[in-house]
Amino acid sequence: MQAINLVVTLNPAVMQIASLSLYISLMATIIAALIAIPLGSLIHFHDFRGKRVLIILIQTLYSVPTVVVGLVIYLLISRSGPLGFLGLLWSPPGMILGQTVLIVPIMMGLVISALNGVDKSISDTLVSLGATRLQKIVEIVKEARFAIMSAVVLGFGRAIAEVGVAMMIGGNIRDQTRVLTTAITLETGMGEFGYSIALGIILLIVALIVVVALNLITAYGMSDDAQKIVGGPRG
Amino acid sequence: MIRIEGLTKSFGSQEIVKDITLTIRKGEIFTLIGPSGSGKTTLIRLIDLLDYPTSGTILFDGADTATSEKGRLAIRRHMGMVFQKPAVLNTTVSANVAFGLKFRGMPEDEARDRVQKALDLVGLVDLAGRRAVTLSGGEMQRVALARAMVTHPDVLLLDEPTANLDPVSSDLIEDLILRINKEFDTTIVMSTHDMIQGQRLATRIGVIMNGRLAQTGSTNEIFYQPKGREIARLVGIDAIPGGIVTENRGGHALIRIGETCFEAMTDLRKGQRVALGIRPEEVSLTPADASLKRSSVRNQFTGRITKMVPSGPFVRVSVDCGVRLTALITRRSCTELGFVVGAPVVAGVKATAIHVLADDGRATPP
Repeated sequence: MQAINLVVTLNPAVMQIASLSLYISLMATIIAALIAIPLGSLIHFHDFRGKRVLIILIQTLYSVPTVVVGLVIYLLISRSGPLGFLGLLWSPPGMILGQTVLIVPIMMGLVISALNGVDKSISDTLVSLGATRLQKIVEIVKEARFAIMSAVVLGFGRAIAEVGVAMMIGGNIRDQTRVLTTAITLETGMGEFGYSIALGIILLIVALIVVVALNLITAYGMSDDAQKIVGGPRG
Repeated sequence: MIRIEGLTKSFGSQEIVKDITLTIRKGEIFTLIGPSGSGKTTLIRLIDLLDYPTSGTILFDGADTATSEKGRLAIRRHMGMVFQKPAVLNTTVSANVAFGLKFRGMPEDEARDRVQKALDLVGLVDLAGRRAVTLSGGEMQRVALARAMVTHPDVLLLDEPTANLDPVSSDLIEDLILRINKEFDTTIVMSTHDMIQGQRLATRIGVIMNGRLAQTGSTNEIFYQPKGREIARLVGIDAIPGGIVTENRGGHALIRIGETCFEAMTDLRKGQRVALGIRPEEVSLTPADASLKRSSVRNQFTGRITKMVPSGPFVRVSVDCGVRLTALITRRSCTELGFVVGAPVVAGVKATAIHVLADDGRATPP
């Protein structure tokens, strides 16, 4: 009951936590996508020694525990660490960095799988149509857009749902670094189950909105330029 | 237009294309015919510069294609290619057709006009806005054809373009190929394992067997003067081996196979070992009891029907009359004349319809 109440009344404290969660995880997702899609494509379209080993390594990193990423980033950005001068510890940018590191491998691995899923005949067709190497790569990435979108959605899911990095880098500081997952941990520890459930529901609603938005972008955004050539669909 | 010299392509230790030398002339429809796995696809891919040959050269309008990636791209952009399995990209039909123009940097409004014309050519204007992946196989292949033609290529390469299509779609594609060749004067190189298609479309035919170019010639040369029994079989001639020329008077020869004697036209001399090639549609069958018209049909043999295999509207009837002859008879005639397995019949074949193949593989005109 309390859960529904909190959601319906748009409690300001809860909204602040939810929006910070969304902001951090979305930023991490965007940065990770900007790294994973080009880098994944680079790996897919180049043949080099150790390619398979590299892909296996990337896939292994899918299962890296969030607390391990949290720990490593903590060591890097703490005052005495090599990146300590940046002052990222206990701050949202630090959390974004941590979540980005966490989800880049899974996104990159799935981008490579997505590109592998595009039939060889598509590549041949593009080359026969006179595509340069770059034009071919761009079209194949576009062709894999739905699968690549899945990779991005999964990365976002892992980012917004994780608690290890948020806790170890952010520290669950009220009004500053408290996000939905760390808040749920705290409230549950204090016996505030209704509040926790409400936060959980809000997390899922946020995820729903993001996933729907990403789907719409993929379905309509990426085919836009293609349709411009003929002035949009007919019939 | 295209000159191929000593072209060889190996995958691992396997030679798929072996030492092919061939000239494709401007404006012709050159058809590669051969059984599956004979290297047709590999050869066409080499011509489109999709793969690198192991050895040998391909000259395009006199220019060597063994050049930089950039140079190969420039040459490739003079060609269009349609693959056996049509691959469309997950976007609209018109966007699919527009790709070649987009890659060449053509302004959008100019491209739109060209796409429209290309779709009009293949009769798919109404489907311009449809998502290409929702089309039928035949429609996809027409999209592929429009996509290849939109750039007005000098050479159109078609790799078994109708192999996966139903007969109606195949007919449509065949008509389009002929039209493109006539209207745009596009040089066409296509492969097929369908002999009838080859015969219908080709200006010249090249027969590929096991990666080698076994014979090149006009449609008539290939179908009526196949070099050797293998090609004869490929083009649908039942070759009867084990013959010997027993007499030859000015090209009019008697040939004996076992107990049976054939009259045929050949320059081959007495004593020469030969095989006889007879197209099944040239063999006539009459019921044994009918009054025979001994007109120009010199070779008439009585025998019994041993096998009847339906083949579309026809039936392939095998007759044992000392040697085995196969005739292609319409279903209707079969019923009307009461042909059943075991029935006695008279098989006839004109002397001029027998193709005498020397056992050394050389053929002489009938």
